[in-house]
Amino acid sequence: MRALDFEYMWTLVPVLVGYIPLTLFMALVGMVCALVLASLMAVERVFRVPVLDIFVRLFISFFRGTPLLVQLFLFYYGLPQVLSFLTNINGVTATIMGLTLHFSAYMAESIRAAILGVDRSQWEASQAVGMTQIQMMSQIILPQAARVAAPTLVNYFIDMIKGTSLAFTLGVTELMGATQKEAAGSFLYFEAFLVVAAIYWIMVEALAFAQRRLEIYLNKAHAR
Amino acid sequence: MTSTSGISISGLNKSFGDTSVLKDISLEIAPGERVVVIGPSGTGKSTLLRCLNFLDAPDTGVIRVGDLSVDAKTASRADILGLRRRTAFVFQNYALFANKTARENITQALITVKGQSTSDANARADAILRETGLSEKADAYPAALSGGQQQRVGIGRAMALDADLMLFDEPTSALDPEWVGEVLDLMRRVAEERQTMLIVTHEMQFAREIADRIVFMSDGHIVEQGPPGQLLDNPEDPRTKSFLRRVT
Repeated sequence: MRALDFEYMWTLVPVLVGYIPLTLFMALVGMVCALVLASLMAVERVFRVPVLDIFVRLFISFFRGTPLLVQLFLFYYGLPQVLSFLTNINGVTATIMGLTLHFSAYMAESIRAAILGVDRSQWEASQAVGMTQIQMMSQIILPQAARVAAPTLVNYFIDMIKGTSLAFTLGVTELMGATQKEAAGSFLYFEAFLVVAAIYWIMVEALAFAQRRLEIYLNKAHAR
Repeated sequence: MTSTSGISISGLNKSFGDTSVLKDISLEIAPGERVVVIGPSGTGKSTLLRCLNFLDAPDTGVIRVGDLSVDAKTASRADILGLRRRTAFVFQNYALFANKTARENITQALITVKGQSTSDANARADAILRETGLSEKADAYPAALSGGQQQRVGIGRAMALDADLMLFDEPTSALDPEWVGEVLDLMRRVAEERQTMLIVTHEMQFAREIADRIVFMSDGHIVEQGPPGQLLDNPEDPRTKSFLRRVT
């Protein structure tokens, strides 16, 4: 057994920290797109729009039923072979697409469950004052469902941040890819991956802190 | 209040599965008239109210509110919205928007449905909150209000709509006894403004006080109706007599 090279680890920190923005960028864009897509699919699932419902269920089934890595390879290496306009798709775009579609499938089910959990009186009161379905969903039902779904959705976001590390398999030099390169240069694999693990961990803990603030905010209407 | 047009209901039928809940209900309500519906539990009183704004869609029948006439068989989405925008509904369980403050509960429909500016809507809401004695609760969320306060906001929300018809579905039945009085007081004030009202309630004394007419329903039918003095003191139908003996 050899001693850990702390000095090397210390010099690696600023190098790897420089890649945090790209990781957060992919995760944030993916999360926003996934939230929008998941909300639309969840609302569709609640109202069961004819025909569309079949496609949404198929979509959810596929993207929940296959590994994220397989989906990323499909988008990056597979699809461009059959869809010529995707020939120049870059790794970052493919990763964001993959994260969006994959996690939207999970999130759609969480949001659907949260929507169905909103008390019937809220739907009836919205209808009784003459709101349209869109007004009812956007102003009364979804905001209340958000409070219920928030903890689960933050969990998916955490998963998504970690999922961005798969971009490395598409040749993107992001946090994980950069670590791999550094380690290959120094042969200090243990130190390098220990540092990157710590960086992911700290990012997720920071998010957990934000989550507590978010939940306090979302619960403000329910404080007695 | 702003209403000059009456309401007419004719041939209304509603079934849930095999159970027929409303059987050929017809009722006319004059502008400014206050009609109270009484009757045993499970006889379709609430369903009648809920059919008038399509919270429950009637199977057959024609509902006319003001200038809008809607046939249940051919009712379009626009017809249903039209009925809902001409009526206001006060729920037994208050049904305040849980994610909105007391003031926002009142302004919500004024802004989204009636297209009023936020400042106009807020001014109206504050006037109503003053009238209902809830000014200091304007920024409170429903969860922080007592049952009586919640129902007063619920009535305030309905008042703000300036509806042709206000529907009250057992507005005091879910309340602790200590809050019933303040809610009935507010309803009296609404009644004094000659708002057209259709009220389902078990508060017989209150019905006697404010009703222009009392309708007795049993088993999905309107059995008998008339001014409070006549219906409550000299009922003709044996079912009415038996019901009144049990509740008074």
